[in-house]
Amino acid sequence: MYVAVKGGERAIDNAHGWLAEERRGDRDVAELSVAQIREQMALAVNRVMAEGSLYDPDLAALAIKQARGDLIEAIFLIRAYRTTLPRIGASRPVDTGAMRCDRRISATFKDAPGGQVLGPTFDYTHRLLDFLLEAGAEVPEAETDEADMVPKPRITEYLGRDGLIEAEADSDAEPPDMTRAPMAYPADRALRLQALTRGDEGFVLGMAYSTQRGYGRNHPFVGELRIGAVPVEMEVPELGFAIEIGEVVLTECESVNQFAGSKTEPAQFTRGYGLVFGQTERKAISMALCDRALRWEELGEENVGAPAQDAEFVLSHADNIQATGFLEHIKLPHYVDFQSELELVRKLRREAGAADAHAEAAE
Amino acid sequence: MAQDSEAEATESRRGWMGLLARAAPEALAARVEALDPPLPEAEWLRVPQTGGVMVRGQMGGTGAPFNLGEMTVTRCALRLTDGTVGHAYVQGRDRAHARTAALVDALMQGERAAELRSAVLDPLDAAETAAHRDRAAKAAATRVDFFTMARGED
Repeated sequence: MYVAVKGGERAIDNAHGWLAEERRGDRDVAELSVAQIREQMALAVNRVMAEGSLYDPDLAALAIKQARGDLIEAIFLIRAYRTTLPRIGASRPVDTGAMRCDRRISATFKDAPGGQVLGPTFDYTHRLLDFLLEAGAEVPEAETDEADMVPKPRITEYLGRDGLIEAEADSDAEPPDMTRAPMAYPADRALRLQALTRGDEGFVLGMAYSTQRGYGRNHPFVGELRIGAVPVEMEVPELGFAIEIGEVVLTECESVNQFAGSKTEPAQFTRGYGLVFGQTERKAISMALCDRALRWEELGEENVGAPAQDAEFVLSHADNIQATGFLEHIKLPHYVDFQSELELVRKLRREAGAADAHAEAAE
Repeated sequence: MAQDSEAEATESRRGWMGLLARAAPEALAARVEALDPPLPEAEWLRVPQTGGVMVRGQMGGTGAPFNLGEMTVTRCALRLTDGTVGHAYVQGRDRAHARTAALVDALMQGERAAELRSAVLDPLDAAETAAHRDRAAKAAATRVDFFTMARGED
């Protein structure tokens, strides 16, 4: 039975009106501009771009403002907007080796060529609240040193020269695109990486953490972490050549993992890879660990039944928009569904009561 | 020879189209506003259209490609009265930015190339290089200099 019920328009309109007022907050406090959010809440903007899967800092900042700071709601807004955009094309694969690094560190080689460059990091801060920020103190200019405009060499290149790390197979194959075709399992690595890079940071972090705690342990080191801008180049058919269409800030993490070797491969290090829009290093490291855990089959490792090794489990639960859509729909009216369940429970109780009465009568 | 000069022309055009794509819309607008005569009229071949370009990464930074996510891009094409066609693909959603970039692209193929180079492109290029250098200088100041405090064998 389907019962159409009307009503609630006035309540909905008024709820949205009140939402707008609450979003604005106390009118005696200055309103936030989109530019202020973009510049001063940059890491929230980065997360919304990464998980919204659309690089546009102004749009992400607007989404955060509209969502009152609820980042999953903001990501939802960006995903919805993204579906309205015609697809102009696909870029050439970005060259992260040519990145202008703000930050570049290696946990494996102290004297990494190109140096350990900390960049604007929270690392080594004391995590004490800074009340000067509340007081609105002037921020001094950051220190500078002689600029080194040379791209940083890749750490894994050094291991690769001696064959100590698996070679990354090159390919020109058109990668699958989960925004164009439904996810299919088994998912190849290209599809897994796409799902992980737009996956929920908390979920991907949790899965990565589970591998560190022993659920599919794979002994990762952060071989290299780099954050910076890379140009994006695209082939333009009407021109007959490729041009740069802009640039994006990315965070890249290459994990270096132990591998004992197999029948066909000598003992060597293996790789996990993370690449995420924006300055998003927690996510990029998590992605690298998850990528490595999901590679158990191609590396001939044992499936120990760890959740992080189960591609279908990880990838179909990593998307916070899918998850929130299904989870939150249960708060919407289910009056009719519930009515039928209520009828059923009453009927079962009636029958059980009748049976009891019958049994009593028989005694 | 003809091939060489054609390759050079393509390389040069790739250079300015990239610069125009990356330029902040306000910075580009300020530069072209100062032009005399101003930017010419043109007819649309393709009105500005905002869309998404799927940005691709590579496994391990060097391996097989995968889809990372989209970025917003606005493109357009136009024709000057002398028949020169200008194209633009610029980052973001700013239609005026795309139109200006396409006009500059068209003018760079004609007699006003030198004027636009010095009045628009060179300043944008210099500003971009300076901004890159500033950031690199701040990064350089955060580079770790390790030193040994004490060794265990003494």
